[in-house]
Amino acid sequence: MNSNKVLDAKGLACPMPIVKTKKAIGEIESGEVLEVHTTDKGAKNDLTAWAKSSGHEMLKDTEENGVLKFWIKKG
Amino acid sequence: MENKKEKTTIILFSGDYDKAMAAFIIANGAAAYDHEVTIFATFWGLNAFRKEQPIPVKKGWLEKMFGWMMPRGAEKLSLSKMNFMGMGPKMIKHVMKKHNALTLPQLMEMAQEQGVKLVACTMTMDLLGLQKEELIDGLEYAGVAAYLGDATDAKVNLFI
Repeated sequence: MNSNKVLDAKGLACPMPIVKTKKAIGEIESGEVLEVHTTDKGAKNDLTAWAKSSGHEMLKDTEENGVLKFWIKKG
Repeated sequence: MENKKEKTTIILFSGDYDKAMAAFIIANGAAAYDHEVTIFATFWGLNAFRKEQPIPVKKGWLEKMFGWMMPRGAEKLSLSKMNFMGMGPKMIKHVMKKHNALTLPQLMEMAQEQGVKLVACTMTMDLLGLQKEELIDGLEYAGVAAYLGDATDAKVNLFI
């Protein structure tokens, strides 16, 4: 899946992934897609809830070898 | 942005390292949610806002005693459980490093970067004999009315 920006938040603990995601999404335009990589197991629920209430769209998420990847479309 | 921002307020009453960490993690999370966040520190929570180095200010004998007995700054706070005369904080900081978790001073710095409003309660500053010069930069000074002003239109209000 294509993305306009990739955020590597692997190895970071709560609340860093969400804080970094917020910063990163501020750097892209509405309609563009941010790809987030993280190893924090809470990230799926965290990012899904955050995207929903912040008006963004979670397009897709995957998990491979302990790395969670998310594609978030900026609202 | 046109629409009014959501608000979150946290009263930090505790001067324990672990509880202050929880407060600042929630504050940083709420800031990432684009909330206007206020942390109102009162009583022992004020110790998290103390500067590490002793600041020469004019004080009475009792206030000096308080100053000596209370932890000077976020790094010096003890744990609410398993403190073990200071061994507990050392152990937990070791584990935190292993898990790449931010320390309390780092969480506080990030909160300030994210625009979290840090407020020191002036009444309890007087009680504990703490003066503005002894507290970190970037604080606001206020009382219960200012806190309630923020809390009244906030949906998340916590007491830690």
